[in-house]
Formats: sequence, structure tokens, C-alpha cells
Amino acid sequence: MAITREEVRRVAALARLRLEPAEEERLTADLDHILEAFARLSSVDTRTVEPTAHVEDFGAYLRDDVATNPPAGDEPLANAPATRGRLFRVPRIIE
Amino acid sequence: MSALHELSVVEAAARVRRREISAVELTRAALARIAAVEPQVGAFLTLAEVEAIAAAEAIDRRVAAGQDPGLLGGVPVGVKDIICTAGLRTTAGSRILETFVPSYDATVTARLRAAGAVIVGKLNCDEFAMGSSTENSALAVTRNPWDGKRVPGGSSGGSGAAVAARECHAALGTDTGGSIRLPAAFCGVVGLKPTYGRISRRGVIAYASSLDQVGPLARNVADVALVLEAIAGHDPGDSTASPRDVPAYRTALEGSIRGLRVGLPREYFVEGMQPEVEAAVRGAVDELERLGARVESVSLPHTEYAIATYYLIATAEASSNLARYDGIRYGLRAPGRLALGDMYETTRAAGFGAEVKRRIMLGTYALSAGYYDAYYLKAQQIRTLIRMDFQKVLEQCDALVTPVAPTTAFRLGEKTADPLTMYLSDIFTISVNLAGLPALALPCGFDTAGLPIGLQVIGRPFDEATVLRLGHAYERATTWHTRGAPL
Repeated sequence: MAITREEVRRVAALARLRLEPAEEERLTADLDHILEAFARLSSVDTRTVEPTAHVEDFGAYLRDDVATNPPAGDEPLANAPATRGRLFRVPRIIE
Repeated sequence: MSALHELSVVEAAARVRRREISAVELTRAALARIAAVEPQVGAFLTLAEVEAIAAAEAIDRRVAAGQDPGLLGGVPVGVKDIICTAGLRTTAGSRILETFVPSYDATVTARLRAAGAVIVGKLNCDEFAMGSSTENSALAVTRNPWDGKRVPGGSSGGSGAAVAARECHAALGTDTGGSIRLPAAFCGVVGLKPTYGRISRRGVIAYASSLDQVGPLARNVADVALVLEAIAGHDPGDSTASPRDVPAYRTALEGSIRGLRVGLPREYFVEGMQPEVEAAVRGAVDELERLGARVESVSLPHTEYAIATYYLIATAEASSNLARYDGIRYGLRAPGRLALGDMYETTRAAGFGAEVKRRIMLGTYALSAGYYDAYYLKAQQIRTLIRMDFQKVLEQCDALVTPVAPTTAFRLGEKTADPLTMYLSDIFTISVNLAGLPALALPCGFDTAGLPIGLQVIGRPFDEATVLRLGHAYERATTWHTRGAPL
């Protein structure tokens, strides 16, 4: 087994996903199958290889340090599931 | 004269500019075509009829006033529903964004509008662009215009299908592991995945940020070149969008390919390929040789690791990018008076589909303590080896030629049971994203069932011009692209 049901439960908690028992079972089987197939990567000798995080060839582009965003109107709130006045309304954080 | 919806982008824009037809006529023709064939195709998630007519009228006023209507002036286009359009619903094919209406245009959307294109609607795709068949869309089924029982490819399946069905003259897609090229091949149209950094990603809903790239799909290579020219270039809103100049791709595609060195990677002609695909691609290689290209066999030895490398890197980036869907600022929120943590978990459980959850889980696992070195870091190192393979062969070759996919379009439902089988559809497209290179998909034949076969031309970084020139020369020597889907 490349991954156990217990690990799947732990990863789901990290990813903030609530899984039904049937989903948990299916995902354990799927991820196990996928990780088994991906195990072939371990056969490649990479001891002296630098990792690639991105492929850009020009470095980061920096703009002048001048504010360009106009002050937001109500648009950012238009898609919010719940608001109060000009505020996002969120569930209680402290019980 | 052919029907207006049959015109190429180049021809339609030229006729509007010469006042032979109006933008409104073109737009009405596209909307009529959509109304006629959409029940069989299902490419669109949202139509923008009123907005499209208003945009077309504005173009016609510009032309009447003697002003330049733009490179794409008056041409009806579609936009993949993962690209933000101000005031027009943008869902990413997901329940979690089913009612999301962006307050701003993506840079590519704004550039389309500035070039005079008329946006007729938003095109279906796999949820968050995660898929190879568009079957992972939570909102609609898109069918292949060549055979309604088959998939259009993915993730930009709506874009490929709409262009093949003549519902719009061109479309934008995005390509993270083959998502423009696979639907282009399966639907018998032309699609370009530009070099990473050639086009701004601002306002494009993120899947895997080091791999995602926007690109055009259209019915011929010249049309793809024209749309590319309209949308490419630096954007202060995306620090990864290259400041390099944008060449005149329209003219760069003219000219002979005599003497160009074309590499044929051995690893891309493998056991298990549909024989008709291999035959069509080898036939295309012969044609390129007749046109004066010098063909040679080359090797990309790390090809066999590309699928695993891609699915670890892409899912790791996705697990981070999709953390933003938390039910607070936009998108779905699970109902009920829940504590914050419970609300996050139930919202994401209800809003994401099975494949998105699978990829978030795989990515979170690959990044988690204890597994990071074995999976994520290892994949990043092998990404370097894959890049170096390409660097080496592109020192001796101007371009590489391969199939786009091992098979033609498969049946709806054929690969949904096993995620790994679906992942293998991308086996010939995925390395290009890891290496950040430009690659063109274009028609090179049909199988015995009458389904299109795609040829892939891969180029050096920022050398879209050579890739387009090779594609254009091949296209002029053949007639595959002139065959229309039987709708």
C-alpha cells in the first residue's frame, strides 16, 4: 500500500475537505493506484539535479512603486455569499 | 460565397474592414449557427447575445467613422469559461463558482475586446481545467461535432467543439498539460499553446500557475497567428508575462520551410498507439520533407517520467491555488449555521467534483511533511531533466514533430472509471508544459471512423513564429483543415 485510509483522512483534514466514508474509500484506492504508478520516479538519480519551480528566463518583472489600483467600490462584495453593509459576513470563529 | 459563419478569422476581419459585411451581420450569423447546432454540441455554458450585438454595433460605428476596427474587428469569438469576463458569468465549470460574475476582464479578454473581437459566449471545460475530455464539467456535457457519442477532448473541450461546429470563428482556451492541443486534435481544428510567459494570465482562474498558459483555437494556422498577435505581450498585472516584443505573427508564418531541421522524438512513437494515428503523423513528416525540411530522429530520454512529474507538480500547485475557495468572499457557501471550520469543509465538499477533490488530495499529500522530498521535490528535479532533454535537441533542431495524442477521440464514459487511464491521454502533450515550450496542434488526417487526427509541432521558447511557419506550410500543402464536421 502506498497510502492508508488513515493518511487519506489526515490529508483531507489538511485540505479542508469533508469526505463521506464511501468517498474516503474510493480516494484511498485511487491515490494508492496513482502513487504506485508514480513510484517509478524514485528510480531516477537526481542527487546533483537542481529543482525547477518555474521556466521564466527573464527574472521577476518589477513595476514602479506607485499605487495604481483605484479604491474599490462595492464590486468586491457583489459575489459574497453573505455581507453586512460593506463587510463580508463570516461564521462565528470563537465558540 | 460561403455562409458567413464559415469564414476564416482573417477573411471575416478583412471583409468588415472593407465594409463588405458588417460586424452585426457576422454576429447574427454566429448566433444563428449556435441556435441551430448547440443542441447537438453543447459547447457553451453562457451566451452573451445582447452584449455581442452591442459590441458588433460599436465596431460598425467605428468602421463607418473611418476608424480602425482592430485586428479582429467584428469577428465573433468564444472564451473558455475559466477566463474572466466582466459582467458575464464565469464558472470554471464548477458548482463552487456556478453564479460567479467577475467585476473585471482578464487581460486576454480586454485585449480581445480592444482588437475588436465580439465575444458571443463562454465555453464549457473540465472543472478548473482538470481533465482531458470535458466530462469533469459539473455544469454541462459537450459532444464532439464529428461524432456525438465521443468526447471533444479537454480541458478546453467547449472551445474545440465550438470552433469545429462553426459556432464562432475562433476561441480562447488554456493549456496546462495539453488542454488546448488535445481538443484541437480531437475536434479537427488548430490550437496553439504558446511559450510560458508569452500571454498574460491575469484574470485567468488558476489551476497550476507554473504551467497554465492561454492560447487560441481556430480553423487554420493563419487565424491562430492573428489571434495570438492580438492577445500576446507583457502585462504589468502578471509578473510572469514576458516583456519580450510581440512579433507580427501574421507575416512570420509566410515563407519557405526549406532547410529547417525537424526532430522526430523516438519516445513519441510507441507501442499501443492507434496505427492510423502513427501512419497519419508519419505521412505528415514525409510531406514536411517534400517541402524541404530536414528530418532527423532524436531522443528525449526522460519522456517516460513526464506523466508522474506533471501530476505531482500540477496537483501540488492546484491544492494551493484552490485553497481560496472557502465560502467567504465569493462562490458557494454551504447552508446552515456552521462554525467556521465546518463551513469550510462542507462548502468545499459540496462545491468541488470528484476529479478536483482527487487532485487537491494528491497535491496536498505530495506537499505534506514526510512526503515533500520523495514526491514534490523529486518531481521538480525530474522537471529539470525533462527541460534539459528538450534544450539539447532544440540546439540541433528548429522544431520537433509528434502526434498530439495516441488515439483519436474516445467515447463519452470510456475513461471516466480509471483516473490513470484518463491521465495517459496527455502523454504526448504534457512534457511541453513542464518545459514551458510553444506547441501547435493541427489536423493531419482522419481515421477509418472519420475522426480527426492531430499533428504536434513543438518549438524553442518564444519561437512561435517557426512553429506557425511549419504548420502553415504543411496546411497549404494539404486539405485536412478544409473538411467540416458533419453537423
